Amino acid sequence: MSGWTTHTGPAVALDRENVDTDQLIPARFMSTPRSEGYGPFLLHDMRHDSDGTPVSDFPLNMVPNASILISRRNFGSGSSREAAVYALVDFGIRVVIAPSFGDIFASNSVNNGLLPARVSEADVDAAIALLADGPQEVSVDLIDRKIRLGNTTLDVTLDDVWQQKLINGWDDIDLTQTHKQAIAAFRAQHVQGKPWAVPVQQTDFRRAGRDTVSQ
Amino acid sequence: MSGRRLLDKLWDAHEILRREDGTSLLWVDRHLVHEGSHHAFAKIAERDLPVAEPGLTFGVADHYAPTRGGPATDAIARMIDTLSENTAKHGITCFGLDDPRQGIVHVIGPEQGLTLPGLLINCGDSHTSTHGAFGALAFGIGATEVAHVLATQTVWQKKPKAMRIDVTGRLGPGVGAKDLALAWIAKLGADGARGHAIEYTGAAVRAMSMEGRMTLCNLSIEGGARFGMIAPDETTFDYVRGRPFAPTGAEWDRAVELWSLLPSDSDAEFETTVSLDASEIAPIVTWGTSPEDALPVTATIPDPSLLQGSAADRARNALDYMGLTAGRALTEIAVDQVFIGSCTNARIEDLRAAAAVLAGRRAKVPGIVSPGSQLVKAQAEAEGLDRIFTDAGLDWVGSGCSMCVAMNGDHVEPGKRCASTTNRNFRGRQGRGARTHLMSPAMVAAAAVTGHLTDVRDLLRGREVA
Ligand code: SF4
Repeated sequence: MSGWTTHTGPAVALDRENVDTDQLIPARFMSTPRSEGYGPFLLHDMRHDSDGTPVSDFPLNMVPNASILISRRNFGSGSSREAAVYALVDFGIRVVIAPSFGDIFASNSVNNGLLPARVSEADVDAAIALLADGPQEVSVDLIDRKIRLGNTTLDVTLDDVWQQKLINGWDDIDLTQTHKQAIAAFRAQHVQGKPWAVPVQQTDFRRAGRDTVSQ
Repeated sequence: MSGRRLLDKLWDAHEILRREDGTSLLWVDRHLVHEGSHHAFAKIAERDLPVAEPGLTFGVADHYAPTRGGPATDAIARMIDTLSENTAKHGITCFGLDDPRQGIVHVIGPEQGLTLPGLLINCGDSHTSTHGAFGALAFGIGATEVAHVLATQTVWQKKPKAMRIDVTGRLGPGVGAKDLALAWIAKLGADGARGHAIEYTGAAVRAMSMEGRMTLCNLSIEGGARFGMIAPDETTFDYVRGRPFAPTGAEWDRAVELWSLLPSDSDAEFETTVSLDASEIAPIVTWGTSPEDALPVTATIPDPSLLQGSAADRARNALDYMGLTAGRALTEIAVDQVFIGSCTNARIEDLRAAAAVLAGRRAKVPGIVSPGSQLVKAQAEAEGLDRIFTDAGLDWVGSGCSMCVAMNGDHVEPGKRCASTTNRNFRGRQGRGARTHLMSPAMVAAAAVTGHLTDVRDLLRGREVA
């Protein structure tokens, strides 16, 4: 995953609360390998009629090149399915702006370079009003945590850790490998101090006491 | 200094290190994987990484598990095969379709004694909060995090704030953990506990069985909390004792000693405290498309014109999707079918509660009863519950997520209305265009008997209630 600091692109409003992960990607598409691309599944059942015809006045169908999505409270609530983020990312969305996000969805987003930009309810109201007449170019700056649309600037609430992760495109596994020794030491002390914490039928594991972390 | 909370004790016991930015690297005691973990296995395969601790990792087929006959499609069969292949390749114990221990991941963890107080438990499923009922730090993670746990047996996490939901009093007859959970979610909203770990306390929680506590913790995520937990006590120890993977002998004694130290100190402070009186809670049903759209069954369908701003729009959209008219009594809503199942409400006690209502009665609508695990199924059959369900006209099927997530082929047809013991009434959750009303197993049974949403208390008069 590569990092980024600024992004400018067309924004579109999805004026709904509680856009949950089952709407972002219906479960029936989730057995598809990622390599096939999840973009077509994004909000599939909202974007299409029951016979599969695209709904012509649905915001994302009117602005298929949108890279910024503005929505309402509790965006991405529901399941842990990272496929909801894959659908957004594969569709081309880089930033979702909303007053609040589901906790697991937000961390999944950051793990895939997608910014869950939290702004105030009032700013969302204003942004949705500005977009009522059609899509607009919006600029997002990760470093100063600001979003600019028209003459308005919105403040983004973003955890420092997530900001750094998005900017640097960090991969957690690589990062964690640098703490190998601390993990091995913790493991030894944990397993020794709490042998009951190891499932009782896995006694081979305890006897071997192998340092798997440093494999 | 104020005392330590259950959350603090569990967190400290698993923290390997904390970065300057406040994120902790935590040790994972149990990692549960299912068919949906295929993305994560693909990620570690790409990098040619082994699974760090196969002995602490357990797999189970549930999300796509067929509940009648074989897999419905080739794609579904492939999902189940991929899980078997991935677990076999990495030497991970897997409860596959033909294993008598198979069932829904959040049912079998506790059932097998894999879930213990004091552990940190992860699974790529948001209802992992269920395991917190034992006094464990349990939370759902996404695929990137699952890959990270597979590769390192650790997880990066920022410590959440602590919220206490204190429930005084006693739940009335016919009212259970599901009603309590929906009541607080309706009160605080589907994001009311976002960013928090919930600890449930109070007399009503203490009086609950482990099954009820699991239902309560399971639904924490529907109120926005990634973690839900209950301090362990004798009820917990009695449930865990003697389970296949639970400690024995001297290790058991030592474990219980340590577990007894886990409850929050009496002077511990919480960032937020919410109080509820259990005796005021009636059986609850949902009317809309978010778990927060929940009301006592005695109420009427809300009128959007009496609401303000975006809440009014949302209610209007929800009623439109659900095909409901504002102002009518909730009990007038006729259902097409019922579903009893899922990690929320398919344990033995849930099946007993439903059977207590259905015994000697016929269902007016069709429906499925899917036990939470094969062991629950066997137990229910030993108690004769299966006969009560089938005599009532419902289908008694195999164990899996089934109609909770509609991945295995079991689903609700477009426009059809289902009274369901599951956890999400999201649009399309049970199938495209499906209309879901969430409620307790007893309430679903009552809806089956009358063909419409019904206050189960009316059907329980003169019957013995568990
Ligand atoms: S029963 Fe439903 S909520 Fe529970 S693990 Fe399965 S899909 Fe998830």
